[in-house]
Amino acid sequence: MSRSSTLLACLVVPTLLAATACTATKSGSDSGGDSSGPVKIGLVTKTDTNPYFVKLRESAKAHAGTQNAEVIAVAGKFDGDNEGQVAAIENLVQQGVKGILITPSNSTGILGALKQAKEKGVLVIALDTETDPKDAVDATYATNNVTAGELQGKYVKATLGQTPPKLLLMDGTPGGTVDEQRHRGFLQGMGLKDGAPEILGAAPTNGDQNKAQAAMENLLQRDASVNAVYTLNEPAARGAVAALTAKGLAGKVAVGSIDGGCQGVADVKAGKYLATVMQFPKKMAEQGVDAVVAFSKDGTKPSGFQDTGAQLITDKPLPGLDSKDTAWGAQNCWG
Amino acid sequence: MTTSSVGRLRARPAEAFLHNPALGPLGALVVAIIVFSLTTSTFLSVDNLSLVVQQSLVVATLALGQTLIVLTSGIDLANAAIMVLGTMLFARLVTEGSSPVLALIVGFVVCALLGGVSGGLVTWLNLPPFIVTLGMLTVVLAAGRLYSQGNSWPVTDPVLNVLGEGGYLFGQIKVTHGMTLAVVMFVLVWYALTQTSWGKHVYALGNDPEAARLTGIHVGRTRFSVYLIAGVIYAFAAWQALGRIPNADPNAFQTGNLDSITAVVIGGTSLFGGRGSVLGTVVGALIVAVLRSGLTQAGIDSLYQDVATGVLVIAAVAFDQLARRRSR
Repeated sequence: MSRSSTLLACLVVPTLLAATACTATKSGSDSGGDSSGPVKIGLVTKTDTNPYFVKLRESAKAHAGTQNAEVIAVAGKFDGDNEGQVAAIENLVQQGVKGILITPSNSTGILGALKQAKEKGVLVIALDTETDPKDAVDATYATNNVTAGELQGKYVKATLGQTPPKLLLMDGTPGGTVDEQRHRGFLQGMGLKDGAPEILGAAPTNGDQNKAQAAMENLLQRDASVNAVYTLNEPAARGAVAALTAKGLAGKVAVGSIDGGCQGVADVKAGKYLATVMQFPKKMAEQGVDAVVAFSKDGTKPSGFQDTGAQLITDKPLPGLDSKDTAWGAQNCWG
Repeated sequence: MTTSSVGRLRARPAEAFLHNPALGPLGALVVAIIVFSLTTSTFLSVDNLSLVVQQSLVVATLALGQTLIVLTSGIDLANAAIMVLGTMLFARLVTEGSSPVLALIVGFVVCALLGGVSGGLVTWLNLPPFIVTLGMLTVVLAAGRLYSQGNSWPVTDPVLNVLGEGGYLFGQIKVTHGMTLAVVMFVLVWYALTQTSWGKHVYALGNDPEAARLTGIHVGRTRFSVYLIAGVIYAFAAWQALGRIPNADPNAFQTGNLDSITAVVIGGTSLFGGRGSVLGTVVGALIVAVLRSGLTQAGIDSLYQDVATGVLVIAAVAFDQLARRRSR
């Protein structure tokens, strides 16, 4: 056995490695860390598969191509994979990247690895999600999620007019930073506080359509007098709307959302929900790449929180609220 | 060498080594290291190799417990969840004012108990390990999330973080206390498996429980002890995890159970029980970490890393089947 297994091992492993090594040569990433080659930039996202992170990665790679830079993209296996992100940061530092752009899975879980990267002279920029403390990174390029939530809240409130709200909240993951900020912003926009009698109920959805649908179905069993719904993101909105439709409430409830994915914009156009607030991952990625390229040239470091903007998208504009229509949304959406 | 000579030569150490199921994986590890050293300018450095070992420690420790269970032809789907609960206990108790030693004791006792409950259900109710540990996974995950109150618990404490932060420098080589502890654990388990009657019972039970029982082995007691010991090993993994990332996160290590099975299988331990080694598991865990590090440094998309790991898992099981067919 030992001989045949050794033989098989010796056949399988080099085949795999040879196949991947070809890709490496093609992308030109073996050029080492000398200053004449392209600037190496590491991008660490929460996962590989979420369309939002796919857009972030594609935008960073495309923009880097125009800046004589090269993006090495790695990701955790799932949202919350701190271990995977730490290993990714360490491997990128070993590879001699000039800067690391990261969407942290957990605001505190990766601080040690970021500190070590900074100590080795690597510029570290958080994209999309802040770290805690915020100065664990040199700068953050992200949506102001409180503002994004507030825009949704203001729109839903304006839709209701004088009707007192009867609100259901489709939240994200308990304890998530972004989730908490959007929730808080939405209530600010509605002029409500947590625990207000206008809130009929709330449920965590993990930003997942199936969970949101089940949560909304259950909440509607308890009380179907709802007239307004907050959703953390567009999948949660789709789940909520499916449950409302099944209950014959579609069109009678003001549903808002956040994200600006192309499917979300199409949903708004189709009237499934009234409005969404668009984020701009492309802008985050491009500004991050620009910052690392500038840093590699003359050592300038960005600092603080750089808001990449949030735009209300709806085909039913309301006075006093700046919004764009779904045609504009379709041109600027991601995913 | 012909297969007919296998039995005659097994007693001699050099020949026995040639028949060690870890030999194939070891060859694969060496090939991978050579290839990455040649194709990237950054892989072969003391600093990087030390990192690769540190990156593999937690999964390797989980896989050590998993190896014991797989040797009895069982499987543990709950190991990473038990470990995560261990990190939550350590971190939250200390954050709320307990002494770190007390927190460690509580964490170790809870992890051992959970391992013991799985073992008890498998042993005395005769339930399939897959089902028992699947249920245990769900229960423990929920318990961890309840206990965390939906938060992650950052913890900086010299005792809890010592396995990642403390260590020795030999020139440029950093040997963390976590690495030392892992070596001690692996040697202890290797010794118990190969040099004690308990170890022989574990292999015998994995090969054929009925035959083991007929030869007078306390099959039930041995099986239970394996799950209990595995629980203790998961607590060590929890301690390792807080050394590496000083933050107990209820959502961490969601695929830790599968990662540990991957390391065990790539390391040449048979999922059908009775065949495998601790050395193989170490090598299996290192292969996964070397692939991740090397392919990242070669600039390969991380999805290809998963492809490579998956192909290795299938290849390893193919080796195992081949070996079984040959030995019949």
